[in-house]
Amino acid sequence: MVTTATPGAESESASLRARAVTKSFPAPENAAVRTLALSDVSLAVEAGEFVSVIGPSGCGKSTLLRLMAGLETLDAGELLVGNGLITGPSAERGLVFQDPNLFPWLTVRGNIQAGLIARGVLHAKRGEVDDFMRLVGLEGFANAYPHHLSGGMAQRVALARALINHPTVLLMDEPLGALDSFTRMKMQDEVLRLWQMRRMTTLLVTHDIEEAIYMSDRIVIMTPRPGRIDKTISVTLERPRQRNSPELLRLRSAILEHLHFAPAMHPT
Amino acid sequence: MVVHGFVSRQEPAPDTHSYWVFLGGLLAVSLVLSVIQRWSLGLRQWMRDTCPIVAAAVVLLTLWALITSGFRWLPLPYFPSPAGILQSMISDRELLFDSTWHSLLLLLGGYTLGVGFALITGVCIGWFAHARYWGMPVLKVLGPIPATAWIPLAMVLSPSPTLSSIGLIALSVWFPVTMLTISGISNTRASYLDVARTLGAGQGYLIFRVAVPAAMPSIFVGLFMGLGTSFLTLIVAETVGVKSGLGWYLSWAQGWAEYGKVFAALLIMSAFFSTIITALFKVRDRVLGWQKGVIKW
Repeated sequence: MVTTATPGAESESASLRARAVTKSFPAPENAAVRTLALSDVSLAVEAGEFVSVIGPSGCGKSTLLRLMAGLETLDAGELLVGNGLITGPSAERGLVFQDPNLFPWLTVRGNIQAGLIARGVLHAKRGEVDDFMRLVGLEGFANAYPHHLSGGMAQRVALARALINHPTVLLMDEPLGALDSFTRMKMQDEVLRLWQMRRMTTLLVTHDIEEAIYMSDRIVIMTPRPGRIDKTISVTLERPRQRNSPELLRLRSAILEHLHFAPAMHPT
Repeated sequence: MVVHGFVSRQEPAPDTHSYWVFLGGLLAVSLVLSVIQRWSLGLRQWMRDTCPIVAAAVVLLTLWALITSGFRWLPLPYFPSPAGILQSMISDRELLFDSTWHSLLLLLGGYTLGVGFALITGVCIGWFAHARYWGMPVLKVLGPIPATAWIPLAMVLSPSPTLSSIGLIALSVWFPVTMLTISGISNTRASYLDVARTLGAGQGYLIFRVAVPAAMPSIFVGLFMGLGTSFLTLIVAETVGVKSGLGWYLSWAQGWAEYGKVFAALLIMSAFFSTIITALFKVRDRVLGWQKGVIKW
């Protein structure tokens, strides 16, 4: 991978591992009853790998991501980044939500540099703010407030805001789920470009099967109640991929069959 | 076309010199402006906006003059004519100025103190569960008592009436600002805090750069409410305690049955308080400018 002097090109990525992770939540009407959200989930994402997690809603994929971000505590099992246990949120694991969640009281620039201020390194790294704005194509919008941005632009800001901390792991929870299909395809390429440039370990939660196939090295399929890993599929297609390539479409129907959304076309 | 509203002020027959000067000045200014507006587009726009309301004010003033000094429909010592009010305003200008100044000092002192304390208690109670446990009951017990009800106690406890008044104004501001700061802080969207945590934010960042900005709209509602109650407390405190300020002037003038001065004090109070409210609006516009476009501004 040859990159020019782009921000964060030198950043190291780290592997991400879940070992027998179990997580339950108290039921809303009765705190004594606990619903099992994740049961014995084990997953290893290699350093620099792009893995997607798909599955119906309620399969715990978002919970798994929030656990990895350190925003929830697990009941049993362990989560590791490299060789370190995940005990809480950290700037080394960036998180992008479906809602960009930009701070409405800050401008685009203010939002992007939030991570630098939070870590107390704004003074030393102020120059990077402009680099990252350029990286996501928002040079002209430094002083715009979030509500003036389109959905795609807002999500670019959210990406830049997460990436400016040079995370070794990027966690994305249906980041493109709220975008229209044209913007979504454009943003998929954008995310891929950033990933290929920086090679951070990436875990993408999505409900879009094409998106998962188009973007990832591996696809993890989860099943609900309780959430567990059903199947892992390697996507060996060469990059850059063609959205309409026969291999991609074949993989798509295989996954649909597996999820029982399509009849088996090649009975064995 | 733009100045037609100003012409209607000719009927009254003011019996004093200064009111003549005032009306003459008003006429002169409006005439000069109506001439200048031919060349200035911005001025014309401004005049078009303001002229109807100014004209209405002049008509009201004229009606008032007619009812009082014109037909003498209202009992005289209590309802002086505009000319009489202007006269007492000018003859008592030094005392009025002095009173306004004292009221301003008292109000600003009390308000700043109250807001300062309120922000501290509000942020603490809103953010920390322990502070909420111990603070909320105190707030619920002490908060609803109107600050003016503490006057008997404050008079005894405080070494000087000025200090007790400042304390009372601060107390009256403290309650609404604290309440709305708490509600603003605890209504911070959890996802903003989640985002900040994954960006490496510590406790300080979460409080001062996420929760407080998110609470700002609510805090400003509290600041405006506090300003309202502080005016009330100021006037009451000055009427019963401090021997200066607009509230004191008001009751003093009433004691001498000089109702011209009463109305003069009321007019100045209105100008004084609305100036302060306008100032707070300006501050809000700066701090909450980001809300333009999000809410109906």
